[in-house]
Amino acid sequence: MKARVTVMLKSGVLDVQGEAVRHALGTLGFSGVSGVRQGKVIELELAETDKAAAEASLRSMCEKLLANTVIESYRTEIL
Amino acid sequence: MKAAVVTFPGSNCDRDLAEAFTLAGFAVSRVWHKDTSLPEGTDVVGIPGGFSFGDYLRCGAIAARSPIAAAVQAHAARGGYVLGVCNGFQVLTEMRLLPGALMRNAGLKFICNRQTLRVATTASAFTNGYKPAQDIVLPIAHHDGNFTIDDDGLTRLSGEDRIAFTYRDNPNGSAADIAGVLSQNRRVLGMMPHPERAVAPLHGGTDGAGLFHSLMGGMALA
Repeated sequence: MKARVTVMLKSGVLDVQGEAVRHALGTLGFSGVSGVRQGKVIELELAETDKAAAEASLRSMCEKLLANTVIESYRTEIL
Repeated sequence: MKAAVVTFPGSNCDRDLAEAFTLAGFAVSRVWHKDTSLPEGTDVVGIPGGFSFGDYLRCGAIAARSPIAAAVQAHAARGGYVLGVCNGFQVLTEMRLLPGALMRNAGLKFICNRQTLRVATTASAFTNGYKPAQDIVLPIAHHDGNFTIDDDGLTRLSGEDRIAFTYRDNPNGSAADIAGVLSQNRRVLGMMPHPERAVAPLHGGTDGAGLFHSLMGGMALA
């Protein structure tokens, strides 16, 4: 089973890299970009065949390693 | 007094940290990240600077889950001392031994410089050899030193006098100019500046030596 985890900075945490990207887009003439948030996409190949068990396992992976929940939130998807 | 310095793949200040402990009179052992225990009788664990595991995923994230991590956490839970410098500070926040997180510098640049710090509390075994509000100069060398914490966490840190060092001229956007913080029991210190790189005249400064001597003196008394 394939899965995808998306990790983003929590709203309210200043994303200095996203801000730099936004400025660069403005420099290139893309004037309508009012905000950029940068995150991570992690794709996983799982041996698990039960969807609910896979989702529970993904959440545990996020809590233990894939996300730092002090500053980041995460979303899991089974593909 | 016994110090143990942990080396991860990508650590690059481990020898410097071991040397700084040695100069202050500690018997120092070196510990590999795949070890599962600390040497018997370890008083203080040093988590060095560098780029453990290439900063993959997040700075310090993988080191904080390596085999030695459980032993370091157990040592801290027993009331043992832990000093994390630079990447070591990042590792300690990832282990949740210290609050907050270290994010990319506000200016996005890697900064390698000498930085004036204020000793924000002398009420710790790490800082009691300094004078209250003393200014010291230590090197910094980091890309991800922007200390980030929520408002409640910051209020708590400052209310409990757990901010160990602050920057005089904030180089990286850290909340409340924070350069180093203490755990609730004041025995775990994480700091971005490098005290181990300022312990001998040849380093260009000796302001870091006080930290290691404080620790040696404080632990000898305890």
